[in-house]
Amino acid sequence: MPEFVLTVARFGFLILLWIFVFTVVGVIRKDLFAGVRTKSIVATPRGVGGVMAPGRPAAKAKRGKTARQLVVTAGQLAGTRITLGEAPITIGRAEDSTLVITDDFASARHARLVPREGQWFVEDLGSTNGTYLDRGKVSGPTPVPLGVPIRIGRTSLELRP
Amino acid sequence: MPRVSGTKTGRNAELGLLALAMIIVAIYAAIVESNQLDKVTSTFWVPAALLSALFLGLHTVVRFVAPYADPVLIPAVALLNGLGIGFLRRLDIGDALGKKLDPPGIFGGLGGRQLAWTLISLILASVLLVIIRDHKVVSRYAYTLGLAGIVLVMIPAILPASISEINGARLWIRVGPLSLQPGEFAKIALVSFFAYYLVRKREVLSLASRRFLGLDFPRGRDLGPVVTVWLLSLLVLVFEKDLGTALLYFGLFVVTLYVATERASWLIIGLLLFFGGVYVAYLLGAAIGGPFANFYDRASVWLHPFDQENYFREFGSSYQLVQSLLGLGTGGLFGSGPGNGSPRFVPEVQTDFIFAGMGEEIGLFGLSALLVCYLLIVERGLRAALGVRDSFGKLVAGGLAFTLGLQVFVILGGITGLIPLTGQTTPFLSAGGSSLMANWLLIAMLLRISDASRSPVTGGPANQPGPKQPPVQLHGAMTEVIKP
Repeated sequence: MPEFVLTVARFGFLILLWIFVFTVVGVIRKDLFAGVRTKSIVATPRGVGGVMAPGRPAAKAKRGKTARQLVVTAGQLAGTRITLGEAPITIGRAEDSTLVITDDFASARHARLVPREGQWFVEDLGSTNGTYLDRGKVSGPTPVPLGVPIRIGRTSLELRP
Repeated sequence: MPRVSGTKTGRNAELGLLALAMIIVAIYAAIVESNQLDKVTSTFWVPAALLSALFLGLHTVVRFVAPYADPVLIPAVALLNGLGIGFLRRLDIGDALGKKLDPPGIFGGLGGRQLAWTLISLILASVLLVIIRDHKVVSRYAYTLGLAGIVLVMIPAILPASISEINGARLWIRVGPLSLQPGEFAKIALVSFFAYYLVRKREVLSLASRRFLGLDFPRGRDLGPVVTVWLLSLLVLVFEKDLGTALLYFGLFVVTLYVATERASWLIIGLLLFFGGVYVAYLLGAAIGGPFANFYDRASVWLHPFDQENYFREFGSSYQLVQSLLGLGTGGLFGSGPGNGSPRFVPEVQTDFIFAGMGEEIGLFGLSALLVCYLLIVERGLRAALGVRDSFGKLVAGGLAFTLGLQVFVILGGITGLIPLTGQTTPFLSAGGSSLMANWLLIAMLLRISDASRSPVTGGPANQPGPKQPPVQLHGAMTEVIKP
């Protein structure tokens, strides 16, 4: 075999290895940095709902969009995100819950998130320590706006678009 | 499980990456043959094609039983596994040429055996994926698994040396021509047990503590299990003469503890205990010898590999390490080309020192690509841990991913002289069935957990009929002020 072909093959192989590595990185690029999403990316683009006043809470700006993700923002499961489908989500210490919380202040079947016509409702399932939407205690099915924290024990959850 | 429209499974990306990985493996085989035999034989593509068929099988299984599993894990591991087989085949050809024989067939030699082990490993991984549909099921058998893990670690220490000892380390069960390394399988069992134990205990471990020097230190009685595992791993170190395995188990426990409690003090305590223990073992080895002598020898080989005394020693000389360093040095930045080096100068190049052999031929440039592959596999494991929705899954995925990373660090640190050399296999590359099977099982578990973490929520026991009445209370709903 000519020397030239061998040299090309040798370096070509190394380049191909790195092409593989970068293709892999390309595939996972999206959720490689999923944890560092800033507020400005989530906010409504200008011109969608009129001119936004500065300092307006992000939660208000996002109303009318459908929630696609449930994100755990505080507690032991912080960073977990659930892609929302059509099915309700149960939260509690029971093993068969959608979100299994190991928290001394959570009940076995603590709360439930139910979708109805594009809007998610939170409902307390008779927990001992209660479920809180922002600061108010949840006593019946309550609609959950985007970006408003649902608090269960030490865990805090939010709906995100 | 019904698919939710609009969510990507990533299966097609996986297939594409897998194809790319297999093309690279085939090209590697072609370059090896052209360098060694001066021609490319008509069958150079057969091992790569067989591997492609095997991985395609696994891909199909994943498509059905874990459709949302991470798309990157299988291709990255497949590349490493395939290049490992390619390198072993390269050794076979080299050996045959040295004896003026014809190169062995596709299924002969080290490469052929590794191909067979890959088949078995992939079958095991598929079976695990099919049987365990929900990783939470594993937590039911946590104590059984913990006991099994400890027994697996201890077996070689208890068995007579004639059965368990190879090259001075007692890690094996040898039955006829087969030798199994039970410790490899213990990793997965122990991770599951630690995860279960810590999910139960973490409140106590993280809440009851004393503050000292700005760090939260746990109470003495909560330290019990850590100290037990520490002692256990030191016993392994002394009786099985294996620092790597001891470091692996201890690091694994400390890190799962850290993940569970989110306290850096565990890491500090762990590192202090380990390095303290190792240093004391080193001093004891220097002073009294006995069971610690082997450890002292290894440390002095690591510190002074080019010393005449260490190099020409009868048993446990630094010859291997020196050859490995020289090989890596010869390879330089771009290597001598696949098939162009002389890996057989390094003893055990097919198992522990495979990275030294490959490094000579693909150079730093190629080795770092392989290392990034390992890094990406570990990253995907940690990502699955972040995404999964229960603590047990989080700890298992985090622990398994970390173990894989630590094992690569321990062996790579060993062959490059960063840490004392210990007998660890390089995951997916080294020749050897136990290591390959155990690591593929580990990947299967990560696939299962990443499937759980990436799949959108559908159905399940949560699907009870909701209240029929529309909600009356609109507590907490935002009122929007419309400005003119």
